[in-house]
Amino acid sequence: MSVYKETLLLKRDFGGLVILFVMPLILIITITLIQDGTYKSMSDVKIPILLVDNDNDTISKTVRKNLNESGSFEVLSQLKGKNITEEIAQDAVFKGKYQLAIIIPEKLSSDLQLKVNQNVDRIVSSFGLTDSTSTNVKNQTIEPKEIKLYFDPATQLSFKNGVKNAIDKMISQIETRSIYTTFQEQLGEGDEPVFEQESFISFKEIVPTINNKEILPNSVQHNVPAWTLFAIFFIVVPLSINIVKEKSQGTLVRLITNPVPYAVVIAGKTATYLVICMIQFYLMVAVGVFLFPHIGLPALDVNGKLFLMSIVAIFAGLAAVGFGILLGTLAKTQEQSAPFGATSVVILAAMGGVWIPVFAMPKVMQFIAHISPMNWGLNAFYDVLLRNGGILEILTEISLLLLFFIITVTIAIAYDKKKRAV
Amino acid sequence: MKKSIIHIDQLFKKYKDADDFSINNLNLIIEEKEIFGLLGPNGAGKTTLLSVLCGLIKPTSGKFSINDLSYQNNATEIKKLMGVVPQEYALYPTLTARENLLYFGSMYGLKGKELKSKLELSLEHLGLLKFADKKVETFSGGMKRRVNLIAGILHNPLILFLDEPTVGVDVQSKNVIIDYLKELNSKGTTIIYTSHHLVEAQDFCTQIAIIDRGKIFAQGTPKQLIAQTENASNLEDVFISLTGKELRDVI
Repeated sequence: MSVYKETLLLKRDFGGLVILFVMPLILIITITLIQDGTYKSMSDVKIPILLVDNDNDTISKTVRKNLNESGSFEVLSQLKGKNITEEIAQDAVFKGKYQLAIIIPEKLSSDLQLKVNQNVDRIVSSFGLTDSTSTNVKNQTIEPKEIKLYFDPATQLSFKNGVKNAIDKMISQIETRSIYTTFQEQLGEGDEPVFEQESFISFKEIVPTINNKEILPNSVQHNVPAWTLFAIFFIVVPLSINIVKEKSQGTLVRLITNPVPYAVVIAGKTATYLVICMIQFYLMVAVGVFLFPHIGLPALDVNGKLFLMSIVAIFAGLAAVGFGILLGTLAKTQEQSAPFGATSVVILAAMGGVWIPVFAMPKVMQFIAHISPMNWGLNAFYDVLLRNGGILEILTEISLLLLFFIITVTIAIAYDKKKRAV
Repeated sequence: MKKSIIHIDQLFKKYKDADDFSINNLNLIIEEKEIFGLLGPNGAGKTTLLSVLCGLIKPTSGKFSINDLSYQNNATEIKKLMGVVPQEYALYPTLTARENLLYFGSMYGLKGKELKSKLELSLEHLGLLKFADKKVETFSGGMKRRVNLIAGILHNPLILFLDEPTVGVDVQSKNVIIDYLKELNSKGTTIIYTSHHLVEAQDFCTQIAIIDRGKIFAQGTPKQLIAQTENASNLEDVFISLTGKELRDVI
């Protein structure tokens, strides 16, 4: 009967129901669309960047070619029909009109070649293969060169680091090639390449497989579980309001003075709100599976995983319901429970790694993340979806979620009893 | 001789951070089938006493038993015997009167046809049957009071606790409520009632206790109390004589 009453109360609050079911769907579609580019190898969106080429030689041509071929950038050397100078580029970037400007210094290619020649000459002469014509080159002083990078101050650190690493790698490759070529020239080996200039060491990412098919992470596999958890935990807000209302309306008096134990009333709320959590979960999964392919996103792959995912959702739902019951019991007014509930869920999400991966957090936050129920839920979902895990792999996380539910509900009931003893 | 149904022995209640006791060494015996009025100024301890007896709050010390059952050891059994009608409209506003009553009735173990027939009967008796399927939030104050009353009596309680059941209602609703309560009492229900309406109490109650500062100052039938008090012609004179004229603003 408690479940029936709670269901009726929810049904009568149409606005609340819309918020409970529609807002998480809008959230998951929006966030996945926004973050999709991060996971794609070839982005649909090209970031315009400014290139000031004072070198006009092989290095600047290689940099431009590589940037264009990366598919991520649109390289601009002119603005409004005029060549860009360093001053113009700096001004435009610092005002936030562009994310990045690359300034390639004068004579970069020729000076690099000169420096490589000097070094190669020294090595070759140490083997007694001195070329008398190169003495002048050996004695010339060549100042180190620097490629300047200007970033919009609002640019994210991860983007800056990514660009810096890519350019650094590009320059290293150019230097290596130059060294090999110079050696070949000094040794008089003709135009046919003697040295293999391709990298000897390369990386190969080994990803988990199911039926010999690689499980490749994409924005959908990451976002659907993360934002589903976020939505599930938002049940805290309506549930805590429901409990606070019972106090302010006086219905709690009836619930306490009737012979049914208060734990049964709590069980009724738990069952009802857990069903809501599961409906939310299946709606989110349905959106991932059926809607995403129609809006240009990869489909959520739940083949053979839906049962385990449902188990994770049940335990995550229990943890969320426990938190909602505790908050509703502690709060005296809706003004306390609603904002606190909403902000605490956002904090739990941040701590749990919904936005920033836990490994990228400072040490203290990493420790805190590991005691966040949203992190346990997220890890369990990733175990199932991305790590091909089974029930044993998620056992720890779902046990922790259950423990969280038991502890929060026990505290809520104990606090309620203690409060009535004052 | 009537049997005592409530026995309160040396009951104390002091709220946390309060300077004084809300119930201060209170001893009281209430006999069965009485309509027992607890009257007193604001902050006298009436609602606190009702809250302790209903199990809403725990006493600081002392004992009480209901129908010979000690509350400390038989809380669930005692809850089955009593009905509670709080001062607030303790109803879900977005549910209909019927839905509210079906829910609260089921909490006392009523179900099926028995619950439905009792519900219909009570609604009809209190003039609410045609509004049974309307949401409570659309009801007037008097209608809400009547639904509030039905929610407390559907299971035919042996003892009914009423905290100001007629506050804020029109004369018509008040008369319907009082008549219905008298009828319940005539069928054997003991009623414990608090009110500030002294005229209503004088007419309604068979026994009255005047309570102030957590203690009982006088107890008897309305006639006895009036007779015992010098120059008193009604209950209000008795009340003023025992509790004084000074304001009793409480926070």
